[in-house]
Amino acid sequence: MEKYKATGFLSCEELVRLPGVPNLTELKEHKGPLACIECAECIPCNPCETACPHGAIEVGNDITGLPTLLVAKCTGCGLCIPACPGLAIFVIDYNYSECEAAVSIPYEFLPLPEIGEELIALNREGKEIGGAVVIKKINIKKYDKTAVIIIRVSKNLCMEVRNIKLIKLNNEGLEDGHSWK
Amino acid sequence: MEKTELAIIGCGPAGLSAAAEAAQYGIKTTVIDENAKPGGQLFKQIHKFFGSEEHQAATRGFDIGYQLLKRCEKLGVKIILNTAVWDVFNNEQKGEIELALKGDNDVRGRIAAKRVILATGAKENALAFPGWTLPGIMGAGAAQTLVNLHRILPGKKILIVGSGNVGLIVAYQLAQGGARVEAVIDLLPVISGWAVHAGKVRRQGIPILTGCTVLQALGKNMVEKVIIGLVGPDSRIISGTEKTKIVDTVCLAVGLTPLAELAWAIDCQFVYNQDLGGHLPLHNERMETTVSGVYVAGDMCGIEEASTAMEEGKIAGLSVAESLGYLSPDKANHEMKTIEKSLANLRGGEMGKARRLAKNDIVRRWHCYWKNTKQRGSYPAKN
Repeated sequence: MEKYKATGFLSCEELVRLPGVPNLTELKEHKGPLACIECAECIPCNPCETACPHGAIEVGNDITGLPTLLVAKCTGCGLCIPACPGLAIFVIDYNYSECEAAVSIPYEFLPLPEIGEELIALNREGKEIGGAVVIKKINIKKYDKTAVIIIRVSKNLCMEVRNIKLIKLNNEGLEDGHSWK
Repeated sequence: MEKTELAIIGCGPAGLSAAAEAAQYGIKTTVIDENAKPGGQLFKQIHKFFGSEEHQAATRGFDIGYQLLKRCEKLGVKIILNTAVWDVFNNEQKGEIELALKGDNDVRGRIAAKRVILATGAKENALAFPGWTLPGIMGAGAAQTLVNLHRILPGKKILIVGSGNVGLIVAYQLAQGGARVEAVIDLLPVISGWAVHAGKVRRQGIPILTGCTVLQALGKNMVEKVIIGLVGPDSRIISGTEKTKIVDTVCLAVGLTPLAELAWAIDCQFVYNQDLGGHLPLHNERMETTVSGVYVAGDMCGIEEASTAMEEGKIAGLSVAESLGYLSPDKANHEMKTIEKSLANLRGGEMGKARRLAKNDIVRRWHCYWKNTKQRGSYPAKN
């Protein structure tokens, strides 16, 4: 049995085996950002393939196939992020700056963070793993209410951070970061 | 008595798809639903759907609902709401199927139709444990209706029982609504739902506890806490593992059962199938039951999900169009192939294997039944 079927999240060992997840060397050497498709199950679904304007994602005729990322073709445009109904696609720009990487995260919670806002970075288990700063926020009609929040984090967190938590909600004395109006 | 060519019972994804499919060939179509609003469970599905372009993948459920409704409206489908169908029977003299209706203010009525499609959906299963009748303990679907349709959070601290897709999706959506989901628990040692849904829930910091069940709910006027415990391989509680969770809501997501009473009423042959949710009417690959002129689609003939329900609805609508002579067999076959392919895609792969095999078995049994009955010469002739 796969470990994630008991834990609910993909471990590092499971991630490296996925055809949609680039490895660290590819992330480092690729010019610009790369999609990271964390899709591990053969479910009937292929909007990522349809959404990609560069032909960088292949699912195939059998739509239960796992998506394969063709690294050379990926521009990291991020159009696949809101197309994934499973919210399982992220985009990673390993070479964002000297010591930081940029990570694009699909986010369907309100309120949305502001550009420049400091956040708490969460991993696949929802555990706090460090700080992050919002560098871009995309919430356009085409994305159909799936906002994409691009954050900068220290490079070593780029394959860990998969969610964000707003500090302002945490500090306003609201119960567990949830707003109650 | 009001007459229609095709009467469809149930205005959810299957019923609406069937209506649109049939009406586009010019069939006079009437859809009847006991609810005040059309759409069945589609309008509370706020997440983006899976599948591929032909299944409207990456479109949110409620948007698919709006599009379907609009299409039906344009095609002149008559939708009767607030009206329960409480019986359906063959009028053999007239070669019609009659529906007995009960509408608003207890108004009774009847509709006669040449063909009927039953698309009545499913009901949520309950789970009995001490304290399970306390207010605050409800079906996960009910909680989803409250939060997504009525915009009311059922509670602030919630436990979800069952880690299938329904449990995982509802957990996530309750969190989106601002509730704190304490945990999703499941008796099985593995998470039943899809990994992508589990992943969404986990990265919110919501634990998913497998091999865990609810022992008891406690509270004075409503649920105030639940005791959960780990289970061993024999499904018994491992003593000493009991834990108390302070919650004000418990959502039960422990499966669905087909709502097939009307198919019983008109004497359809049934079969029990565990993988599809229980007793369901036999039907062939064209969604026709063992009663001539009566078709089925969606969860009522096997629990799956909305996308497959819509494909089955299309097949049922197309079959009716062919049987009423609105479509040549050649054209019908051609159209059928496209839908069948699209439906097969949704049941593909390892994840769809159980449902795929179960559905094939239902169809096989229909053919056996039909063959045996025909040999006895008692299969009702088509009108």
